[in-house]
Amino acid sequence: MIIAFIQRAILLGVPLLYGSTGEIVTEKSGHLNLGIPGIMYVGGISGVIGAFLYEHACGNDVANMNPFLAILIPFLASVAGSVLMGLIYSFLTVTLRANQNVTGLALTTFGIGIGNFFGGSLIKLVDSEMPSIVLTKTSKFYSKTLPFADDLGWFGEIFLSYEFLTYMAIAIALIVTFVLNRTRIGLNLRAVGEDPATADAAGINVTRYKYGATCIGSAIAGLGGLQYVMVYTDGVWSNDAFGDRGWLSIALVIFALWRPNMAIFGAFLFGALCNAHNYIDGLGVATQELFKMLPYVVTIVVLIITSMRKKREHQPPEHLGLPYFREER
Amino acid sequence: MNKSAVKKQHREPLFHIAKRDDLVWWKAWLIRLAAILLAMLLVGVISVILTKGNFFETYQIMFIGAFGRLGSSTRLLWKFFQKTAILLCLALAVTPAFKMRFWNCGAEGQALIGGLAAAFVMMKLGDQLPYPVLILIIVVASILAGAVWGTIPALFKAAYKTNETLFTLMMNYIAMQLVSYYAYVNAIPAGSGQIQSISTGHLPVIGNQPYLLNILVVAVITAFMLIYLKYSKHGYEISVVGESQNTARYIGINVKKVIIRTMMISGAICGVAGCLLVAGTDHSINANTVGGQGFTAIMVSWLGQFHPLIMVIMSALIVFLNSGAAKVADSYFLNSSYADIVVGIVILFVVGCEFFIRYTVKYRHLQRGKSA
Repeated sequence: MIIAFIQRAILLGVPLLYGSTGEIVTEKSGHLNLGIPGIMYVGGISGVIGAFLYEHACGNDVANMNPFLAILIPFLASVAGSVLMGLIYSFLTVTLRANQNVTGLALTTFGIGIGNFFGGSLIKLVDSEMPSIVLTKTSKFYSKTLPFADDLGWFGEIFLSYEFLTYMAIAIALIVTFVLNRTRIGLNLRAVGEDPATADAAGINVTRYKYGATCIGSAIAGLGGLQYVMVYTDGVWSNDAFGDRGWLSIALVIFALWRPNMAIFGAFLFGALCNAHNYIDGLGVATQELFKMLPYVVTIVVLIITSMRKKREHQPPEHLGLPYFREER
Repeated sequence: MNKSAVKKQHREPLFHIAKRDDLVWWKAWLIRLAAILLAMLLVGVISVILTKGNFFETYQIMFIGAFGRLGSSTRLLWKFFQKTAILLCLALAVTPAFKMRFWNCGAEGQALIGGLAAAFVMMKLGDQLPYPVLILIIVVASILAGAVWGTIPALFKAAYKTNETLFTLMMNYIAMQLVSYYAYVNAIPAGSGQIQSISTGHLPVIGNQPYLLNILVVAVITAFMLIYLKYSKHGYEISVVGESQNTARYIGINVKKVIIRTMMISGAICGVAGCLLVAGTDHSINANTVGGQGFTAIMVSWLGQFHPLIMVIMSALIVFLNSGAAKVADSYFLNSSYADIVVGIVILFVVGCEFFIRYTVKYRHLQRGKSA
């Protein structure tokens, strides 16, 4: 029971971890990307399209499918879709200096629209006979777990029983933490987010860092959508099923105080909070709805506490949400 | 150091960007119009690729979907005005906050809580009070609920500078879960998990048109907001706080008071929108009653330059795109989310075109010609 609860919490937390790691990278460059929910939808649907076309090309037969390609094609498709969204966002907010909130919200509308549109119309567009998008074959490849996990008792079940996308999420979060805090690139990126004018004067190419951080951040976030479709729902796409996980990821950024390594624990905690209502005995359907607000309430509490304590290292990047124009003083 | 390297460093870039002086208003609007037309052209091309239909027919279908056929019943036209009114109401609500640079992303939740208060009064007191008193209580309850929901983030912003974008965003989801909870507990019919239809406490219907009251109320709010922002002392204080909080403090404006008061008004108007939706047209409530319009309203307010009259045009445009594109998708048996894509494209184009209004691109060879 407890083991199942932890496993479920981790499975639920992984998309949030991808989303918030991506958002942290973007926010460190001073851009509050509210398009992340849309980008995660696009990441998911691009993976679905990639997998769908590959399964189609193999005549819908597992025997013809190469495991390596079955994983690589949806993965690359997902990354390409998300990076494209990131490019739209950075072109508008960096090059054209558009308002970040409005651009982000419009991108979310656009991205969720793309996800649901292709999710609902893909079959019609390629004249397939299947009734709905079910990618169980590709999902099987994505759901491969470590072979020896079952032999190790509870330890194996809690720590080793996951798919590669789960471990990759943790690895990416740790790598991002290292890069941000211990490398020249990370130092420059933080400088751009804190004070772009100073960074510019120091010879850092502000535009390049902003583009880079936004696109890499989008790619990471998009993988969260891919994990959701391929692992969590076993390859079944249903419209709007991804829900408000994108907004939860943005909430998680605050919860983690802009640190990806904190986001790992935060994501699993959020996963547990999202899922707690299923594991507490004697809850009615109505009370379950109340329990679903827990992650949001926790985020607000953290937001208030950090703003009250005003610790310098717990604050958002100084220039978050503001456009940078070199000739403006 | 190598001489040529030095020279290379001093080469001017091919073009550079400079801030424009204020552009004449009609030129600025010409640019925006061009952006919208360009976006519509792109939408047409995408539609043709997806549907393999006729290019011009697509636009025709959009107009029919939004306004109805010429000479047929006016039902769709009324619906168009109703949707525009609600979207406009929410956009008007967030505008004073935006002018103050307080990013109220919580219109969705504030309207929903207003609607919840209305539903609560309608169900609890519906058969106990005389009709005029009941309506009064419904309206007051929704306004209060919306105002409270908007004031909570403002209090923390004023006291501790808590980030309001994320705070208001989170409040949306708490409101949604509260509504789901309420709908489960007080389901009509009982046990169905949703409130189908509340029989008491409907707002009055004017002239046999169910949407007319909403449209009139929003018209009044538009006029109020126009005067409030432009000609009142409050409106002046809001724009000073938005421009610079230090200046505001220097000339003796109580910044905290202005933040809290403005968010109260913002939330209250959202509450009115919720009341119009629940007590006026839907007579029911669920977590999706506002249906994301609270988010769209943020974009409408910004696209409308925070000016109530321009916002009227912008909300009409968004509603037109939404219903028109939904009709296109419907006629070609595609998913209705096509509408979201269309709205997204048009907004992204308009957001992008602001660059050409505020900045100019100067090319190198042109400048050299001038200096010579």
